[in-house]
Order: sequence, then C-alpha cells, then structure tokens
Amino acid sequence: MKKSIVTLTIASMALVFSGAAISGVKSLRGGEDIEAMAKKPIKAKPMVVEGGIERNYKIQPPLIPHKIDKEKINLKINTCLKCHSEKTYKKKKAPKIGDSHYIDRNGKVLKTVSRRRYFCNQCHAPQTNASPLVQNVFEGAK
Amino acid sequence: MTSSAKRGTFGVLVIGIVLGVILWGGFNWTLELTNTEQFCISCHEMKDTPYQELQETIHFSNRTGVRATCPDCHVPRQWIYKIVRKIKASNELYHHFIAKDVDTPEKFEAKRFELAKHVWRTMKETDSRECRNCHKFDSMDFDRQESRSADAHEEAIDKNLTCIDCHKGISHQLPEEYDPEKDLPGESIYYK
Repeated sequence: MKKSIVTLTIASMALVFSGAAISGVKSLRGGEDIEAMAKKPIKAKPMVVEGGIERNYKIQPPLIPHKIDKEKINLKINTCLKCHSEKTYKKKKAPKIGDSHYIDRNGKVLKTVSRRRYFCNQCHAPQTNASPLVQNVFEGAK
Repeated sequence: MTSSAKRGTFGVLVIGIVLGVILWGGFNWTLELTNTEQFCISCHEMKDTPYQELQETIHFSNRTGVRATCPDCHVPRQWIYKIVRKIKASNELYHHFIAKDVDTPEKFEAKRFELAKHVWRTMKETDSRECRNCHKFDSMDFDRQESRSADAHEEAIDKNLTCIDCHKGISHQLPEEYDPEKDLPGESIYYK
C-alpha cells in the first residue's frame, strides 16, 4: 500500500514537471543570458499638462500634471502647500486641496490639512507618457 | 639729481612694485583660498549638515554638469561686497571656536530657523544678487519653461519680486518652523 502511494506521488509529480517543460516555461527575463547586459529601460519624463489631467472616474484623486521631484513632503514640511493650500491657492492660481482634506476622522472641520491627508502622493501621482504593458480597453467615465 | 639719487629712486620704485605685487597677490590668493568649497567644509558644522543636504539637490548634480559650490551662492562676487562678507564671517569663526553652538547636528537643527532667516533676509536685501550671477531674467526663455514657471516668473518681473521670495529651501532643507502658507511672495513674514 505504502509503496504504491509513493510511486503514485512520484509519477504525478513527474507528470506535472514534464507538463510544465512541454508548455515551455519562460522566465520574465526571456531567453537572455544572465551575463548579458539588461536593456536600459526607456526614460520616462513626467507629463506636463496645462489645465490638469481629466479624471477617469468620479471621486478619483486628481492626477498631478507637473513635476514633483523638487517638492518635499516629510514630518517637517510639505511644500505642495506652497501653492495648493486654502490660503495660497488663489494667488498661485492652483487647484485648492479638497474640502474633505480638512476633516479629521471624527468629522471635525480643521483649519489646516488633516494629518491623515497630509501625504499628498499617497493618492495623487504624477504621470508619464508610458505605453501600457498590456493593452486594455478601459474607458473613463464621461 | 645726481646719478646715485636717481638710482635710489629707481630702486625704491622697483622694490615697491615687487612688494606690492607680492603683498596684494598674496592677499588675493589667500582670499580666494577661503572662497572654495574645500575651505567651507573643512569645518564639520558645514560638512555634516548643509553640505550633505546640498548633495541631493540640482545645484550639486544635474544633466548639464554645472555645479554651484558654497561660495557661488553665499559669497558675493563683486570685490567690495566680498570683503564686507569676509569681515562678517569673523562672526562665524566666533561661533565655531568660542561659542560652539552649532557643532552638532542637533544644535544645528535647533538653530536652523534662525540661520535660514539670516540667509533669506540677506538675499531679499540684495535682490538675490548671488542667484543672479547665473540666473538672469533677461536670459530666461519663458517658452522653454513649464507654463506655471513662466507665469510665475512673468509675475515676479511685474511685481519686482526676487528669487528667494519663491525659491526657499532649494539647496538646504527648510526649517520645521517654516510655514509655506505664511510665505506668499510679497507678503512673507520671514524677512523681519
């Protein structure tokens, strides 16, 4: 009994492995030699879109239509607020931070940006003109 | 005039010229020696904090390979302003050798706001003179700038604003006490 179980297991494992071999497992690296130099990735430049990037669906966090590499968001400082805060947006002609960002988790309206909304790029991201890795037919809400 | 007196005058003149060249040259040479990045970061106060922060910015490494070193921004180029700055620097020697009040990163952090305000105020007063050694409005091509930058720069020209009004914290980190909402160009509270 025991012997037959062992043989069966080995046989089924062999089947699985040979099956994988036949279907041709391909590594993500392709057929490329380990020693060969990897291809340089295409450099992606952040998109600059005047007037902003349209939303794809309702309540989507708006995408950032400009570079942010010189901005700093840390415990001490958030330089996004230089333009987007309630006190500066008019003068800087920038979109204002949403009202929801001034409400804390207890529903209290604050004078400054709520701590849980402080790290802008948790939701808002700059974009590049990268072509999609997989074609898709997604169409945004209109 | 006798020939010996003539020779004497000539001798004094030659010695004067040679001495002048050596002394003046030596003075300028020493002055320039204290005007290098190497000299600035020979003090650990500068090396441990401001210099480390500079290295992460575009003024240190960028696509064209131009680098701004400490004196490019912090020491005026015109002779008279440079000398004034160098005399003021004796205060820095006092804080380095005697007061020792910025000699650890913690002490530096505690004083950062005050130190930053000194620099902001100076740059406001001099109309960002050191920035403008390289960055001039009349050599800026607004068409090659991002539209939001071009708009801001055009507005800055109209309103007579200066570089530091908007570009604070570009080479060193901003102090914790700095509130971007209180620093609207033209209405900033940080120059008092």
